[in-house]
Amino acid sequence: MATVFKKTDMLTEVPFHYCPGCTHGIAHRLVAEVLDEMGCQNNVVGVAPVGCAVFAYNYFNCDMQQASHGRAPAVASAIKRVAPQNIVFAYQGDGDLASIGMAEIVHSASRGDNITVVFINNAIYGMTGGQMAPTTLIGQTSTTCPGGRCAAQNGNPIRVCEMLATLDGPAYIERVSLADVPSIRKAKKALQKAFNCQKEGKGFTLIEMLSSCPTNWKMTPEQALDYTKNEMQQIFPLGVFKEVK
Amino acid sequence: MASIKISRESCKGCGLCVRVCPKKILRLSKESNNSGYFAVEIFAPESCTGCASCAVMCPDCVIEVER
Repeated sequence: MATVFKKTDMLTEVPFHYCPGCTHGIAHRLVAEVLDEMGCQNNVVGVAPVGCAVFAYNYFNCDMQQASHGRAPAVASAIKRVAPQNIVFAYQGDGDLASIGMAEIVHSASRGDNITVVFINNAIYGMTGGQMAPTTLIGQTSTTCPGGRCAAQNGNPIRVCEMLATLDGPAYIERVSLADVPSIRKAKKALQKAFNCQKEGKGFTLIEMLSSCPTNWKMTPEQALDYTKNEMQQIFPLGVFKEVK
Repeated sequence: MASIKISRESCKGCGLCVRVCPKKILRLSKESNNSGYFAVEIFAPESCTGCASCAVMCPDCVIEVER
């Protein structure tokens, strides 16, 4: 018998601190597996965000840098410029990327920085206790919109992929989901494409992963995946939004 | 013949693997591990096909699959 699946060496032995059923662990594993399979273990630099994934530097078995809140694309851009031989990725959540870091991500995409951004969208601020994020769905409850997000008062959720796809800089932008096994396999393919684009020097790439936050959504892990699939995917449709051939 | 190896002490008992197992041969244990989680266990290992769906879904990389 041969081992067909085991934890990749690109991840350290440190157990993830994420809540039970949180899909951050799946996203970490996919990024690590793709980098491992590309054979670039020794020339990868990752940038960790502020948010639930702030300790990502403990989990990825490669050089990591932690950035200020929302500034991961700016830091990643700088790293890529001074050490372009490296594959550089930023790993960010939706509070980090779509709220405080909106300027950084837009300008990084606009400049066409040759980096890959992994954007985890779980429609809520996870680490700080479940506040409304720019990506929170209309009607979704959070600690700062206990009656549900209301468009008249709070505005509408921001679709980051669609917005960035209007710029000239990005080479590849895709939204994937982590709600079931086929989606996870597709998500890995999307990451492979993005990292290959970076390797070929095509420019900015971003993969948005629809995730779940069972703790702050006040759901079981299973209910949370159903919510991702049935509610989030309606507002945030999956697909490729930009692909430069 | 396929088999899975579950790292019981790393499991957080989220049950996502139980949900995706096509053979429905996984369940949460009635006894907790040292972290207080009811870890997953396989109750009919002979039916395992080694499809690795459980391992792909596991957020904590606690499942190893052999086939």
